[in-house]
Amino acid sequence: MSTFEVLVEVRLRPGIADPEGATVERALPALGFAGVRGVRMGKAIRFEVEAAGEDDARRTAEELCRRLLTNPVIEDAVIEVWPPPPSPEGVR
Amino acid sequence: MTARVGVVLFPGSNCEHDVVEAVEALGAEAEIVWHGAGALPDVDAVVLPGGFAHGDYLRPGAVARFSPVMGAVRDFADGGGPVIGICNGFQVLTEAGLLPGALQKNSGLKFLCTMVNVRVETTNSILTSAAHGGQVLRIPINHFEGNYTCPADTLAELRDQDRVVLRYVDNPNGSTDSIAGVCNEGRNVVGLMPHPERASDALLGSEDGRILLRSLLAHVPALR
Repeated sequence: MSTFEVLVEVRLRPGIADPEGATVERALPALGFAGVRGVRMGKAIRFEVEAAGEDDARRTAEELCRRLLTNPVIEDAVIEVWPPPPSPEGVR
Repeated sequence: MTARVGVVLFPGSNCEHDVVEAVEALGAEAEIVWHGAGALPDVDAVVLPGGFAHGDYLRPGAVARFSPVMGAVRDFADGGGPVIGICNGFQVLTEAGLLPGALQKNSGLKFLCTMVNVRVETTNSILTSAAHGGQVLRIPINHFEGNYTCPADTLAELRDQDRVVLRYVDNPNGSTDSIAGVCNEGRNVVGLMPHPERASDALLGSEDGRILLRSLLAHVPALR
């Protein structure tokens, strides 16, 4: 078993109104950021998973997203998984 | 016989005593049920009250749906028992899948604490059977995430099956189709953002919430 790092980005599904993102976007011209569009707010969630391999770790993360981290009615998730860094035996 | 109402207390609930007071004033007995209970006591109806269950962390209701008592609440609802979720309780019921849709941040990004007018859209639910169709009730709202959202096919289903229970007269929060409350297919589970328990005495500015709570109490099984 190895420890994998996981980063989940929880996003509002396309078409779901995002009043928070819209408010941030409306503030941008006043700050001189012309031409910035499509601001969408989400959540980033990091955790570690003990798993036999990267596919296993991803499956665990997907299940976790489905059951808890997202509300599938309004949200979806992008999952990134990093394998453990190479390290000498016994150090980790 | 006297109706017995179970009021679920999650860590972070804050309207449970208001619900107890309001239903007791209508002649019912009420019992607060800790969220960690594996079973419900002998009750005729269940109320999930307002507040911030489990701190509303992650999403309102996201953690509360896994509280031990929710299995018993689901069984109770599946057996036809009347269950209502008020405000945060509505959010818990949607997260638990006992009601469709989700409650998002208010479109104006403001926490809203104000009296609103809601219209009774159907009297065919455990919460509105004592009201008249089209009756306008003055009941307060108190929420940041009350913006009812659901996919188009769910909305069509809710309309076709007459399951929109309450609509705002003036939509305060951006809710889809001005929805303030919905029920399940069995019509025995109702979620609503307005707080009927806070409109249960003239001193509170309105007694209209009593009409809804009276409906709930009228649905105690006939055997009691």
